[in-house]
Amino acid sequence: MKEKKHRHLPDHFGMVSRRDFLKFCAVAAAGMGLPLGSGLKIAEAVANLKKPPVIWLSGQECTGCSETLLRSTHPTVEKLILDLISLDYHETLSTPSGELAEAARKKSIAENKGKFILVVDGSIPTKDGGIYCQVGGKPVLQILRETAPKAMAVISIGSCASWGGIPSASPNPTGAVSTQEALGDKFKVINIPGCPPNPYNFLSTVLYVLTFKKLPDLDDKARPKFAYRRLIHEGCERRAHFDAGRFVLEFGDEGHRRGWCLFKMGCKGPETFNNCPEQLFGDVGPRSWPVGTGCPCFGCSEKGVGFTKAIPEQANLKYFTPAGVPFQGTEGVKPGGGALCLTPSTAYPPISVPEGHGATTAAVAVAAGLAGAAAGAGAVAAMKIGKKESPEGAETKKE
Amino acid sequence: MGLNRRDFLKAAAGGGLALASNLSPAPVLARATVTRLPDALGILYDATLCIGCKACMAACKKFNNLPPDLCTPNSLWDDPVDLSAKTVNIVKLYKNGTGLAKDQEINGYSFVRRFCMHCVDPSCVSACPVSALTKDPKTGVVHYNKDNCIGCRYCQVACPYLIPKFQWDQAFPQIVKCQLCDHRIAQGSYSACCEFCPTGASIFGNVQDLRKEARRRLSLKPGTFAEYPLQRVDSHHKVSRQVTPYLNHVYGETEGGGAQVLMLANVPFNKLGLPQLPPTSQASHAETLYHTLYKGMIVPYVVLGGLFYIIYKNTTGHELP
Repeated sequence: MKEKKHRHLPDHFGMVSRRDFLKFCAVAAAGMGLPLGSGLKIAEAVANLKKPPVIWLSGQECTGCSETLLRSTHPTVEKLILDLISLDYHETLSTPSGELAEAARKKSIAENKGKFILVVDGSIPTKDGGIYCQVGGKPVLQILRETAPKAMAVISIGSCASWGGIPSASPNPTGAVSTQEALGDKFKVINIPGCPPNPYNFLSTVLYVLTFKKLPDLDDKARPKFAYRRLIHEGCERRAHFDAGRFVLEFGDEGHRRGWCLFKMGCKGPETFNNCPEQLFGDVGPRSWPVGTGCPCFGCSEKGVGFTKAIPEQANLKYFTPAGVPFQGTEGVKPGGGALCLTPSTAYPPISVPEGHGATTAAVAVAAGLAGAAAGAGAVAAMKIGKKESPEGAETKKE
Repeated sequence: MGLNRRDFLKAAAGGGLALASNLSPAPVLARATVTRLPDALGILYDATLCIGCKACMAACKKFNNLPPDLCTPNSLWDDPVDLSAKTVNIVKLYKNGTGLAKDQEINGYSFVRRFCMHCVDPSCVSACPVSALTKDPKTGVVHYNKDNCIGCRYCQVACPYLIPKFQWDQAFPQIVKCQLCDHRIAQGSYSACCEFCPTGASIFGNVQDLRKEARRRLSLKPGTFAEYPLQRVDSHHKVSRQVTPYLNHVYGETEGGGAQVLMLANVPFNKLGLPQLPPTSQASHAETLYHTLYKGMIVPYVVLGGLFYIIYKNTTGHELP
């Protein structure tokens, strides 16, 4: 019955079979937390669009973000992205180079004005007129500012484009800034931070924009909520060890071999928002993400954490609001802090808690002495009331 | 002066003794222990069902807006060591010897939840001089009203379970204790600890029903399978479970005049930190004593009149006219 619904879809999408294509769309929809039918909707949107053009601009980057996309091996996504999305300009992947490539970019921008998706990876240098990163003799800053107004949507892929990343780390010699900062507030840029980000977070965002013709729900840092809603700590497979107080204290120690919590080794999971534990990397099965392999998260996707904090530095638990205190999260104010509140550990207090010593004999003696003195003073005072008055009375009698 | 110091002190001591001897041979109670309210609400805690997950502690903090109690060095968890002004519900662990067998006194362990017992005749309410602590006439929940409280902390001294806690770290401190989630009851809900208990170790309900349920559990044969309600005593949601032995005692049924919180366990309750209390309430004893002292204001008038007489005689040198 399901087959009937999408019979109008072609049998093959380039080198991708229809079956694989639908599978991919369903996976993408699930990754975004969309209802079951959305996969079909995405499939139809992508099939009908006939190669939506993508222009990929690179600033100060390491090509890691392009690599991560190529490593996505869900039903041959690299073929999908190349066959279904017309990647009209990508400095690394384009067959032509030099002037030919530049001409292709200009041609595509002119032909698809307002229809193409602009993807930016790498930070944008702004110091000295942006001369530290140039393509074809033109600063990237200038190319970006010329291209962005003609795009349907601007997506920053990677931490460099999202918030500056490594190039913006102190002392930031090139004045590197994010795409959003380079373009100013006029443009709404979607950020997919990470070093590199998970390719499916990027692909899902692109498909969402193409299918629903609008931006996905974004948090205050313009990251899609479906991917960056939760802290890594919230979904971490080692969380139970955190709660139980079982920590790795040295790489290779007993706890490390047994897969205990890496918090004390400087894991930044408790202050980094990303879906690494759920989405995993490289499609090779469980534990294929940094913490899963025994390496502490260093917060690559979080501004002010990755490339900023020292790797052994322990994470700040600032997102762990006390239970009951409203928490200002990415989804507005949550009552009670939700999953981010400090929870009880798995250790138990004993029945009776030692509370220091009871009163010692000396203390009792001193207290009793004081009480006796007070009682005596009271009695004497009561007697004095009479004694004071009587001599005066005697005097009046004499007169 | 007709009275010297020696005579005065003698007379005072003698008077005190006479008064004490009058009261000491178990006087007739001026006020009997209060009986249970028919619609009283309470909780049945069954330590043999408790797995120590602390879901009740987390839920309690969340729904009562309580801050975490940071007792561990680097403040990673909400880790109270005892009840405090930040913790009104705590799961504690009894452990003996090897601590391997659950609910065994020797070489075993048992969890125990500690929170306000909501006594039938509460000492704290009796001791409170300003009615800041009151017992709800319908539900029997012991409420605290911060606007009445003068911070005397008599309730802390009076409570046999050491439940009321004082906010020592606040400029305008209050007494903090479990109020059975009365704000949730007012909304038609019930105590958060029971709603979030996954095993039915804590169930909420009418105390009469809870007593029946406790009696039913004590009558079950260990080793057989029985159904235990989840969350509420009248819940249709039940779990089937193999019965483990119980100590044949429902703690809170008679202790201190009875409590609206009942407990079942297989480890003696005094080992779990619960005091052994007589079936009459402390409040009835205390109120008998001071109601006798102040009855008709006779004793205060006699004592004050005597003092007035002594001072009058000393200051004027005359006998009373």
